[in-house]
Amino acid sequence: MDWVNAVVQGTLLGGLYALFAAGLSLIFGVMRLVNIAHGDLIVLGAYLGLTVVMATGLHPLLALVFVVPTMAAIGYVLQRGILNKTLGDDILPPLLVTFGLSVILQNLFLEGYTADPQKMNAGALETASVSVGGLSLGVLPLLTFGIAIFVIASLQFIFYRTPLGRSFRAVSDNQEIAQLMGLNKRHIFGLAMALALAVTAIAGILLGIRTSFDPTAGGARLIYGFEAVIIGGLGNLWGTLVGGVILGVAQTVGAKIDPGWQLLAGHIAFLVVLAIRPNGLFPRVSG
Amino acid sequence: MPEPILSLRKLEARYGDFQALYGVEMALNEGEVLAIIGANGAGKTTLLRSVSGLMSNAAAQVVYHGQPIGALRADEVAALGIALVPEGRQLFPSLSVEENLLIGGRLNRKGPWSLDAVFELFPVLKERRAFASTALSGGQQQRVAIGRALMSNPDLILFDEISLGLAPVIIKSIYEALPGIVGDGMSAIIVEQDVSKALSVSDRVYCLMEGRVSLEGRSRDISREAISRAYFGVE
Repeated sequence: MDWVNAVVQGTLLGGLYALFAAGLSLIFGVMRLVNIAHGDLIVLGAYLGLTVVMATGLHPLLALVFVVPTMAAIGYVLQRGILNKTLGDDILPPLLVTFGLSVILQNLFLEGYTADPQKMNAGALETASVSVGGLSLGVLPLLTFGIAIFVIASLQFIFYRTPLGRSFRAVSDNQEIAQLMGLNKRHIFGLAMALALAVTAIAGILLGIRTSFDPTAGGARLIYGFEAVIIGGLGNLWGTLVGGVILGVAQTVGAKIDPGWQLLAGHIAFLVVLAIRPNGLFPRVSG
Repeated sequence: MPEPILSLRKLEARYGDFQALYGVEMALNEGEVLAIIGANGAGKTTLLRSVSGLMSNAAAQVVYHGQPIGALRADEVAALGIALVPEGRQLFPSLSVEENLLIGGRLNRKGPWSLDAVFELFPVLKERRAFASTALSGGQQQRVAIGRALMSNPDLILFDEISLGLAPVIIKSIYEALPGIVGDGMSAIIVEQDVSKALSVSDRVYCLMEGRVSLEGRSRDISREAISRAYFGVE
């Protein structure tokens, strides 16, 4: 039963990893941008949530009402003001600029919030659990997994059922021809980054409720996000959820074998998938 | 004499060090169909890219409805009512046939063209509306590309080598559909290597050679010999 429990807990943890990864997957899918600052943007979402909670006394989940639109606005301005200027045939400029952005964000966090670990208090939600088939499942992990499914289903709906999603896919397919349809690619990329950072805000708040975070916490989240995206297949949102779950299960099963193996087991699972299926399990795009 | 809908004034275009167009002068009147012919590398596609905003030029080199548009982006040019059917179709592979058409109509310009009107013109597209655009034959893809451009209800439509890579019977059927497309006051520029096809559907013709206009005249008056001279630069 302990092993089943490890797998179930890992599956639920995978929901959080999928949320880390969804924004990465989205912006890579639309504009082939690899965002090295993504983990720090998740942490920015957590710090913004903390700020709202401290200023208003709201429950952290209610802080989403402020943090999601704020992060979306930051995403749009960041894309229009900086990142659009780095996009082109050469993949190096966006990598370098987002790496620089990562360094800047970490230093801003240090200046604004000190190096001390922080955490948001979600009250009884953090310890509440339900018993299912002899397993005790935390309400917060269940809620996180449910939110991950809702977010990915929503992104899937936006991508495949709305005019905005049509525009995302058209620009992703062929930027030049998309402009002939009257699409301003700079604006479309801005909207894609806004959407990605809205999701990142949700991931950041859930991270800040689940565990403590500090100014350097983004690096690990970036790696988990990358691993989930690559395991699932580049640009495939449901694949990203599966990637997150595989990563989460590998970590909890690894921890079950030996507590020191938790992170190692996740990375090994990633490397095994990469060795067997270099394009991930469910690739949508190549190149 | 009414003002031309489109004027090219000493249009120059470059790809880095390579100059593709040298001071091209051209005028297109409202409701007129203009054919541009010329050998490979003559600058025909470059000319359409300049008009559609895919290449940036000095603003005053391209004048549309009296407005200098040479420096506008392609999306801004599209909003003014200029649509391009690009060489090689270039449909969006991740969009279905219907989605390719709908995205062509996203500017919501007023006019006779709608999804139903395109399906009436090309019934095969209605049957295959849910297909991936890549699953269609070349001729069907060309119909989608034409329909996608029409969905924006343009005042000026630019066709770039619409016969390229298609079977003769398909080319014939597409050219038979053209008069029904460019009626109702819509103007058109047709870039084409098939000279006889281009002359059959156009009011006037320009021939380009090495980036310069080598011949201009009314399509029905122009002689084969004059075209050969202008096309190849030999007597």
